[in-house]
Amino acid sequence: MNDGGIVVDRASAGTSKARVVVIGVGNPYRRDDAAGLVVAQHLRQKTPGHVTVMEHEGEPTALLEAWRDAHAVVLIDAVFSGAEAGTIHRLDAQADAIPQELFRYSTHAVSVAEAIELARVLGQLPPKLVVYGIEGKDFSAGVGLSPEVEGRVAELAERVLRELADAAEAGD
Amino acid sequence: MRNRTIKVDALARVEGEGGLYVKMRGDTVVDVKLNIYEPPRFFEAFLRGRDFREPVDITARICGICPIAYQMSSAQAMERVCGVKVEGQLRALRRLIYCGEWIESHALHVYLLHAPDFLGYESAIHLAQDHPDIVKRALELKKIGNELMILLGGREIHPINVRVGGFYSVPTRKDLEPLVEKLKWAREASLETVRLVATLPFPDFEQDYEFVALRHPDEYAIHEGRLVSNKGLDIDVSEYDEHFIEEHDQHSTSLRSHLKERGLYHVGPLARYSLNFDKLSPLAQQAARDAGLGPVCRNPFKSIIVRSVETVYVCEEALRIIEEYEMPDKPAVEVKPRAGTGFGCTEAPRGILYHRYTIDKNGIILDAKIVAPTSQNQKIIESDVDYFVRQNATLPDDKLTWLCEQAIRNYDPCISCSCHFLKLHREYE
Repeated sequence: MNDGGIVVDRASAGTSKARVVVIGVGNPYRRDDAAGLVVAQHLRQKTPGHVTVMEHEGEPTALLEAWRDAHAVVLIDAVFSGAEAGTIHRLDAQADAIPQELFRYSTHAVSVAEAIELARVLGQLPPKLVVYGIEGKDFSAGVGLSPEVEGRVAELAERVLRELADAAEAGD
Repeated sequence: MRNRTIKVDALARVEGEGGLYVKMRGDTVVDVKLNIYEPPRFFEAFLRGRDFREPVDITARICGICPIAYQMSSAQAMERVCGVKVEGQLRALRRLIYCGEWIESHALHVYLLHAPDFLGYESAIHLAQDHPDIVKRALELKKIGNELMILLGGREIHPINVRVGGFYSVPTRKDLEPLVEKLKWAREASLETVRLVATLPFPDFEQDYEFVALRHPDEYAIHEGRLVSNKGLDIDVSEYDEHFIEEHDQHSTSLRSHLKERGLYHVGPLARYSLNFDKLSPLAQQAARDAGLGPVCRNPFKSIIVRSVETVYVCEEALRIIEEYEMPDKPAVEVKPRAGTGFGCTEAPRGILYHRYTIDKNGIILDAKIVAPTSQNQKIIESDVDYFVRQNATLPDDKLTWLCEQAIRNYDPCISCSCHFLKLHREYE
């Protein structure tokens, strides 16, 4: 490509060979649905060089591409389970099936949970895939997180960083 | 008399969420409502007061599956206001990136959302358990569409490289070369797809639709053309508002479109195909004939074949564009704002997507209107469901519900573009 003066975000090009991938999923115009994106933005400056941070809209087959060849993946998405807003859930995709009802607010009917299950069936699940869900309250059209969710973003980002450090120590 | 109501909550395998409500008295349908919520309404308000260059990126966020459609319709509208025409290789590149969107969107719908219906699977996951190779082919096909979008758009979801007047950067011939072999594979895979879906069992179902699509004198219309129908419509895109009306329905937060003169109309693959069969390539035409289609297709269930035929066509078209490509001197033509109203309409994978913007002399947006294909198809979907339920009223609840979902899925409704919750409920009074 010639130099047109913009940064083309090839990190999200779906062909990443990075060993470790962090994917924040969400829609910036559906309020709390953007939580995963906001956490990813927090992590961009803080993650070590071998970690690829992506902001992703959550289309499932593209997710399969995004984590292809990755050894370890941490995915962050807003969820809705009826728990208190801001509650942080942690799920290990290798250990358990991902409850589909958690991700009912995905903008795509084939949700993040289904993407993970599809990858499992096709043998394309990364060796380590941890999903952090943050309980959202308001998924209406608009911008900005609700205070309960906003208030937990920094903490969730820290937990993801610890997760990455642990994975590095374990030699993943 | 037994009353029953069918309600589907969180319809699976449509792009997003929404709800369907069917009320019956005995075996007679009393009411059919598709309830959808429309982000375009939010975006119309959100865009007012912003710069005329911003909708290309902002509206791309309305849908993760058809961002290019939003970019192209909004760019076209702004270019028309400002009196600029994007031509030559820049126009060809826009068609090329749109081909990528059609490949990825059609591959997703044909294999992962629609085929499981016909094959009796609850979802693509269940399909993948029995037929992993079919699902892997779908994913590979879709990936090639994504790669086209990444190369030209910067990234596949919410591309950032398209702008009013052209692109921020354009590829060299060398950049495009690696796609050639992949697209040749995709063309063969698409032909294989047509052969596969032609063998599916289709309900005997046809309605006398008014098809509305773009038509262009030189090509199968994707990103430019006049709006035509099989019942006499033939207008410039700027005349859209004189012929089409959006009505607000109190049961839904969305708007339902109809033609002033005649009412319901049908947009999407069936409409495009039936109005433009003569503009398909010989290979795509032959694939359609071999699959048992004539030049007009009125069975919405067979839209799965039409999408597959269109995929063959766009793979060929992408190859042709790459073959003829010469890198333009500039990635964009200069666009200076001028006061006025502009209109854009392009063929999203699901049908025509209309944008209208009024801007002032400084390029500030005074008014925005966006009509997504799914809201245009909303009435026709309700009409199909109504007709279909009447035909199958004696079926038990679970089977009827399954068929209703399938009848909706025929339109590949992009609910994230046009609605929030799709819920199918059935109740007995």
